[in-house]
Amino acid sequence: MADLKLEGSPKTPTIEFNSEAGYLLIRGRSIPENSIEFYKPLIEALETYNSNSQSNTKVDIQLEYFNTSSSKCILDVFKKLEAINSGNSEVIINWYYEEDDEDMLEAGEDYQAIINIPFKMIEVEEE
Amino acid sequence: MDNIHDFYNKMEKGNIMLSFKGEVTSDLLTSILQIMESKMETLAEPPKIKKKVYNILVECLQNLYHHLDDDDFKTKINEKSALFMIRKVDGEYSIMTGNFIASDNVEIMESRLDTINNMDKEELKVYYKEVLNNGEMSAKGGGGLGMIDIARKSGKKLEYNFDPIDNSYSFFSLNIKVAQ
Repeated sequence: MADLKLEGSPKTPTIEFNSEAGYLLIRGRSIPENSIEFYKPLIEALETYNSNSQSNTKVDIQLEYFNTSSSKCILDVFKKLEAINSGNSEVIINWYYEEDDEDMLEAGEDYQAIINIPFKMIEVEEE
Repeated sequence: MDNIHDFYNKMEKGNIMLSFKGEVTSDLLTSILQIMESKMETLAEPPKIKKKVYNILVECLQNLYHHLDDDDFKTKINEKSALFMIRKVDGEYSIMTGNFIASDNVEIMESRLDTINNMDKEELKVYYKEVLNNGEMSAKGGGGLGMIDIARKSGKKLEYNFDPIDNSYSFFSLNIKVAQ
């Protein structure tokens, strides 16, 4: 068991991690001043999960904004997922971006270039 | 009392939407972001511009916040103070910041800014990925990505200046324009 549920705030995203369902959701804004502290529980949960993962792991990333301090932590999350993917689970990453938000699409492409898991880029309508 | 009117006229003429001088705290940062978000909402800015401006604001304000956090600035009275302004001229947003830095750091900052300014869009993308993947993460998490990200989002060259104050300190001015 390595589940995690964090309610979103004006500076931090909603995070849901369900190890039994093999599902991770990160949604909203990620602009905390101290990102390392915020992402630590998720990094740890993913580490625990890797030793007992489901055969399939689905990841939805629906970020509206993230700061550069978060961008390193998000990369760490992807690196954990990469390890899970080379282990016993097949990981699927869905990267959502609002139509016209080229910056968010590019951000997804930046990660995709570094991480050895295919990303699915999904355009959504503006809210 | 004339001064207040002068101030008003200068700000009006300069198309200043918001300005703040003082110490940048976490709460202040949150408030400025909320104010600017609702202002841009009222002005019905295109989502693309709104997002770019918001992103740059976050990076700038957090730069000031973390900078003022540094231990080297505890000695004198004024160094904790920073200036932050947002203006909109002919539809183009500018985000301006000013803060004190140790003169010893001027050279390295100047070379960092020049490196960024000499890169085009593609080179910035490559540089960003390089620093993201290999750069050392500072305790506060930034690790040198902030300015690269600001340059990418802005789509324009960063305008900057260093005014020497005395042997120890300089005033760092940064003007970021947001390409439409």
